[in-house]
Amino acid sequence: MTLVQDRLLRCQGSWTMPDIAPVEQALRGSFWTQHGALVLETSDIHAFDTGGAVVLQRFLTEARRGGCEVTIQGLRSEYAQLLSLVASNWGAIATDPPVRPNRGVRLELWIRDRFADMVRALAFVGESVVASLRVFVAPSQVRWRTCLQSLRVDGVNALPITGLLTFLIGVVIAYQGAEQLRKFGTNIFIVDLVGISLLREIAPLIVAILVAGRSGSAYAAQIGTMKVTEELDAVKTFGLSPIDLLVLPRVVALIVAVPLLTAYADVLGVFGGMLIASNQLNVSFTAFLSRFDEAVALRHFLIGIGKAPFFAAIIALVGCYQGLQIRGGVDDVGRQTTISVVQSIFLVIIFDAICSILLSWWDL
Amino acid sequence: MSLTVQTETPVIEVSHVSTRFGQAVVHEDVSLMVVRGEIFAIAGGNGSGKSTLLREIVGLLTPTSGEIRLFGRDSRELEGSDGQPLHRRFGVMFQGGALFSSMTLAENVAVPLREHTHLNARIIRDIVALKIALVGLPPDSAVKFPSELSGGMRRRAALARAIVMDPELLFLDEPTAGLDPIIADGFDQLLVHLKRLLGFTVVMVTHDLDTLWRLADRVALLGSGRVVGLGTMEELAHCEDPLVHEYFNGPRGRAARLQYAGTVMHQD
Repeated sequence: MTLVQDRLLRCQGSWTMPDIAPVEQALRGSFWTQHGALVLETSDIHAFDTGGAVVLQRFLTEARRGGCEVTIQGLRSEYAQLLSLVASNWGAIATDPPVRPNRGVRLELWIRDRFADMVRALAFVGESVVASLRVFVAPSQVRWRTCLQSLRVDGVNALPITGLLTFLIGVVIAYQGAEQLRKFGTNIFIVDLVGISLLREIAPLIVAILVAGRSGSAYAAQIGTMKVTEELDAVKTFGLSPIDLLVLPRVVALIVAVPLLTAYADVLGVFGGMLIASNQLNVSFTAFLSRFDEAVALRHFLIGIGKAPFFAAIIALVGCYQGLQIRGGVDDVGRQTTISVVQSIFLVIIFDAICSILLSWWDL
Repeated sequence: MSLTVQTETPVIEVSHVSTRFGQAVVHEDVSLMVVRGEIFAIAGGNGSGKSTLLREIVGLLTPTSGEIRLFGRDSRELEGSDGQPLHRRFGVMFQGGALFSSMTLAENVAVPLREHTHLNARIIRDIVALKIALVGLPPDSAVKFPSELSGGMRRRAALARAIVMDPELLFLDEPTAGLDPIIADGFDQLLVHLKRLLGFTVVMVTHDLDTLWRLADRVALLGSGRVVGLGTMEELAHCEDPLVHEYFNGPRGRAARLQYAGTVMHQD
């Protein structure tokens, strides 16, 4: 697009944003401006926009800085106007762009953020606990309708998927165990294996993970969207508390739903194991069930079910809290939803581990 | 048969467009034409289908029947992969700004340049800084995220993104809705200023009567799915049609007109 003829640079073609890249590349460097003076012949430019003007102005500035006097010939008046528009704004363009704070400052901000986050989380848990005491003091003030709705969506509607998954888990455990047990001829111990592991640990955990993915994330997204659309602010102007209105019913619903789901998952998981036992190990249903009665103590079932309400509280509180933390726009909703799922599963497993350690201390 | 000689193809040609969403009729046989260099406003009450018409013109919606031509090309081309060159010729400023919330202002403005050109980072930065300066935003706002900007600044940022490729045609959806009068006035002036500098055609959807009086060369008034009035504001203000009369000669309409008359006299 440009060719030189003894200090005369002929510029041609389209100097518009889609086409200017090769011209800009050719003009870069000091090749053209090494001679102290240069004439730009621009009458053959047939299209010109602010992109072309920026490229030209940048060339002029750099040439002048290098001590080369550039004169422009034959630039159409409407193009010259664009060039002078760019030149008059050159101050704003050429200033170095402001940068985001550097690493040290960012680290400090990050630590402060985390600390503030912890304080907020504690405050939220405190508020929620106080609010939930009201369930016992003034049950009529609880939003039972929201509660029941949540119970249906997060409990009843979760039955098929929870049932299917724990059934499959029961099948998998029995299958893997069958191989080993057959070697020792201790087929009947499949009952202990499936029964204890499922009732005590696996069923509550699987249910918790599923509920965190299904309901915890939904809570974060629902409440977060309400925050973005200022619905929560509207709620506050009516003198209502978002915790009473949104958080409490969900926490109560999950605390009821998760133990029930766990019990249901226990049944289906054990049924899955039972099928494999009769199929692979010749342990009949009757033999399985009579062994179940003596091998699997009631406490295993109670420990599993006992953990479930705590899992539920963790999931509901984390989901609601992360939803309330959304400040910016819709972009935050996705991020905060992800955080809520990861955090609630993390906390559930930590809680489960602590339970295991404590219970083994107490010989349960 | 008209006296004006039409040598150029109109920038936008909407012919006999009807739109229905299920049972609801949004447009019934809407036709209008936008010529190069004018500021054309689409006005109308809430729910009159202004924004829907705009979305159809820019190719986000397909009308149930009828045809829309942009620069003489069928707007249905915009959907396909060969619609790219057509897309590059217009910019759209959405009502809420529609800035990408995960990007800074500068990155937002740079999106079309990064996607449609092969320019290097420095030139992109220069062009972005120019456009940010042109819409009157301070240079340090470039590194801010949309959530850190005020409503007026977000509107300006959206305008900067819409004009970054020097479009021939600029669409504005409710450019001044929700802005305070001072910022709205500033925005009107900014638009006139930029139009003079960059020479684009403007199509805007608005029901801000002040903006209509001050900016619009021609106005199409939509009502009950049809174009009920089409012409300059003076013509529409004297129109006998009851729908048009009601829209432009209500208390607000009269106030806007008086204020406009005042500013014109002031300038003389």
